[in-house]
Amino acid sequence: MTAAQTRMKPKTQRLIMIGAAVAALIVAALLAMPALRQGAAYFYAPADLAAAEITPGQAIRLGGLVEEGSVARLPDGITMTFRVTDRLESVPVRYAGLVPDLFREGQGVIADGRMQPDGVFLADTLLAKHDENYMPPEVAEAVERAEAEAKARSAPAG
Amino acid sequence: MHRFANPARFLRIARPATPLTFWTGLAIVATGLAWGVFLAPGDYLQGESVRMLYVHVPTAWLSLSAYLGLGIAGFSVLVWKHPLAEVVLAALAPIGAAFAAVCLITGSIWGRPTWGTWWVWDGRLTSMLVLLFLYLGVIALMRAYDEPSQGARMGSVLALLGLVNLPIIKFSVEWWNTLHQPASITLSGSSIDSAMLWPLLTSAVGFALLMASAVLMRMRALIAERKVAARTARMAMAAA
Repeated sequence: MTAAQTRMKPKTQRLIMIGAAVAALIVAALLAMPALRQGAAYFYAPADLAAAEITPGQAIRLGGLVEEGSVARLPDGITMTFRVTDRLESVPVRYAGLVPDLFREGQGVIADGRMQPDGVFLADTLLAKHDENYMPPEVAEAVERAEAEAKARSAPAG
Repeated sequence: MHRFANPARFLRIARPATPLTFWTGLAIVATGLAWGVFLAPGDYLQGESVRMLYVHVPTAWLSLSAYLGLGIAGFSVLVWKHPLAEVVLAALAPIGAAFAAVCLITGSIWGRPTWGTWWVWDGRLTSMLVLLFLYLGVIALMRAYDEPSQGARMGSVLALLGLVNLPIIKFSVEWWNTLHQPASITLSGSSIDSAMLWPLLTSAVGFALLMASAVLMRMRALIAERKVAARTARMAMAAA
């Protein structure tokens, strides 16, 4: 009996030690990783820019939604301007080049480039950001119609 | 505890389970993919490239689940010196690595038309690449020792350390700004239309069964290999 007990002991000890080590490791990661925030972020949202103290000319990525109704093409035919918004702040962007297929108003975009002293973000490349919604075109149309109707209904009241 | 680790007992279940999981898995994957590729609608924004979803998402889920399995096997190796857990560790690592690789490759092919780039170093993509490297590291460590059980111990340590990466992959899209979109399927529901969700879940079930059958095949082969090695060692002893 005592022999069996002493033989069990290292096994239990290993269970506790290794279990505790793995648990500690995972808790440490769960605490440390979200704290990295901007260090691990792929882009700055417009509202982050002021806090981040970006100097003009510094290469950064700016991400957010293309503001509805803000896309305009300059007379030269290749330069376009639009505003990137996170619903808190919005930043004017200028870009000359090909846009990704999914680039459109109201959709996510990530612009690689630099802030200019006049407050306009000059983008070198654009990436389209996709959101978590997947639906067939008919459903998307129905959602759009319903939203338009909801807006029309609430407008006279408000 | 070792009674459950008895390879003979495992083989009695594994022999019929291997063809069962393989053929049902194959049939379900074929159904799910045919449904997704030919019958399900395209996406309102992505068009036809959304069909990559039916391979990308199941392989992503399964490569994460397989790594959790690797961690549990590693834990059993270190704590109980469970002989069958060593076999699980060796059998699972290359299969998990293959699923992670397929996930990365299909994601990259989808990213080019959708995002406009094959690859970026954002939180989700980078942590997923780290998962592939962890699998490769476990495989390499296990093979780096002449004594298989010592290799299994070292591989188990890395498998356990790598468990940290699982919550990082899962929450990367919530903690940090990433190019990759956040999760569509959450506890509160799905933002994938049901016309696309059902074929996705079908193909996920099929891929899970195929993964299980591949693991069973490798486990049986590894057990047979060990038996042969043990027998040759015995015969060499008897001859000498």
